[in-house]
Amino acid sequence: MDIPAVQVENLRKTYGTTVAVDDVSFEVAQGQVFGILGPNGAGKTTTVESVSGLRVGDSGRVRVHGVDPWTDRGAATRIIGVQLQQTQLQPKITVEEALRLWTSFYDDPRPWGELAERLDLTTHLRRHFGDLSGGQQQRLSVALALVGRPRVAVLDELSTGLDPRARRDVWSLVRDIRDEGTTILLVTHAMEEAHELSDRIAIIDRGRVRAIGSPAELIGGASSATVVSFVPSAPIDLVPIRELADVSQVRSDGDRVVVEGGEGAPTAVLGALTSAGVVPHGLRVLDGTLDTAYLSLTDHADDHDPEEAPA
Amino acid sequence: MSTVTASTPSTTSTVVRTEARLFAREPGSLFWILLFPPLLLGILGAVPGFHQAEPGLGGLRVVDVYTSTVIMFAMTTAAVFSMPAVVAGYRERGILRRLRTTPVHPASLLLAQVGLHAAAVLAAVVLALTVGRVVYGVPWPGSVLWYAVGLVLATATTFSIGAVLTSVARTTRVVQTLSMIVFFPMIFTAGVYLPVQAMPGVLHDIVVATPLGAAAEMLSDAMLGRTPDLVDLLVTAGWGVLLALVSVKLFRWE
Repeated sequence: MDIPAVQVENLRKTYGTTVAVDDVSFEVAQGQVFGILGPNGAGKTTTVESVSGLRVGDSGRVRVHGVDPWTDRGAATRIIGVQLQQTQLQPKITVEEALRLWTSFYDDPRPWGELAERLDLTTHLRRHFGDLSGGQQQRLSVALALVGRPRVAVLDELSTGLDPRARRDVWSLVRDIRDEGTTILLVTHAMEEAHELSDRIAIIDRGRVRAIGSPAELIGGASSATVVSFVPSAPIDLVPIRELADVSQVRSDGDRVVVEGGEGAPTAVLGALTSAGVVPHGLRVLDGTLDTAYLSLTDHADDHDPEEAPA
Repeated sequence: MSTVTASTPSTTSTVVRTEARLFAREPGSLFWILLFPPLLLGILGAVPGFHQAEPGLGGLRVVDVYTSTVIMFAMTTAAVFSMPAVVAGYRERGILRRLRTTPVHPASLLLAQVGLHAAAVLAAVVLALTVGRVVYGVPWPGSVLWYAVGLVLATATTFSIGAVLTSVARTTRVVQTLSMIVFFPMIFTAGVYLPVQAMPGVLHDIVVATPLGAAAEMLSDAMLGRTPDLVDLLVTAGWGVLLALVSVKLFRWE
């Protein structure tokens, strides 16, 4: 784990006047699954395309196992396997022909038969790419990204179009490949996928990293680490609750009052209710999820100085 | 890390074999490049007047000249319909882009397509000459060498035209429209409607300044066993070089 598998430093990329990536930096240790989460248009894809060498940043620096993918594409393509969003193959190429073709590109390929089996493609080997379902095309695309035994695999919207079972299969393949030592950059906007697979996650919004950490750290560090909800025994004024220490958000949801905040929020809320003589019926205290962490980090991007985000 | 370069023989041969299989799955292209030209020769050769030696054609018969014309028809079909549609489709579907993430340069796919279409043109040449010979007694070219030179130059130039179409158009749909627009003038200058040598004054002067008009003159000279005019050779080659440069300049991988 001495040198990071992927280093991105102050990456910036603009298209004309549109800033796709403003300032993104992160490091990924070897053998980790690194999730890149963010809303559409946040700059996730541009970031990983710059890591893959498909795009060259306007400024900043990228290294993949010490290789600069912007200047040494030949070396980069041998250590990075890429599954791009929505690319296709020749419409009449069969699954087997595609796997064999991609196999011929690399010096030390994975046996394609094994990948086909893991990705449930063995019964479709003779079918043309154009006749496959979206999920089958997606699985083939994942197989092609991995067949070269890359040291770093970039998977962009890995499970788009997959049914829940296929998604589980692909996830387990990603874990196995990670266990073999492959580093994985996983671009997703599926919270569950990021949470299930990632060792660390970067939340990117409007071209900047808003937070980086393990899923647990992101949830714990978010302003909505806990969610308290209850039905008050008497009508209450929400304003003083909102001003309690560690409370970030209060809203009513039908009869229930929902309070989001940090670790100290539940005690503070209960204390305030007790002194007001209000009984919280049906009291529930839940851990925040990656969803709430994500929403709190990306919803009010304008109000937050990104430096405030846990880093 | 390995120092082996990506373009190993096995990579190249797998790319070519795969693209060849895909080409063989396009019956439409194969029909228009390989079968339609000899068929056209067969039908037009049946016109009785096309079997008299014409002094205006240097003593060749219309059917003799027409053999070269249908060969140029095959070239044009391969170069401006089939190949640009394939390459533009690969680009539009992100296949070229996807290849850029592998150790194999996407140019290898384009080279494979050029090679396969050139092979198809060669097959069309053999088929057309054989059908002409067997059915209508069309003589083998008097100068095989110059005939071959003419064919190679004409093929290179028509392929450059196809490459320019692929480069200037961003989408497959636009490529197809452009193909239609250039196809009819090209086959006209190749002499499909009227042999180039039989065209009247000014029209003849204009047509021999076009890539296929000049090629038609070269092929007809070679058919007669003459050395082609240097001007015709330079016109065909010049167009080829110019258009190839334009397409290299304008081509986009994405």
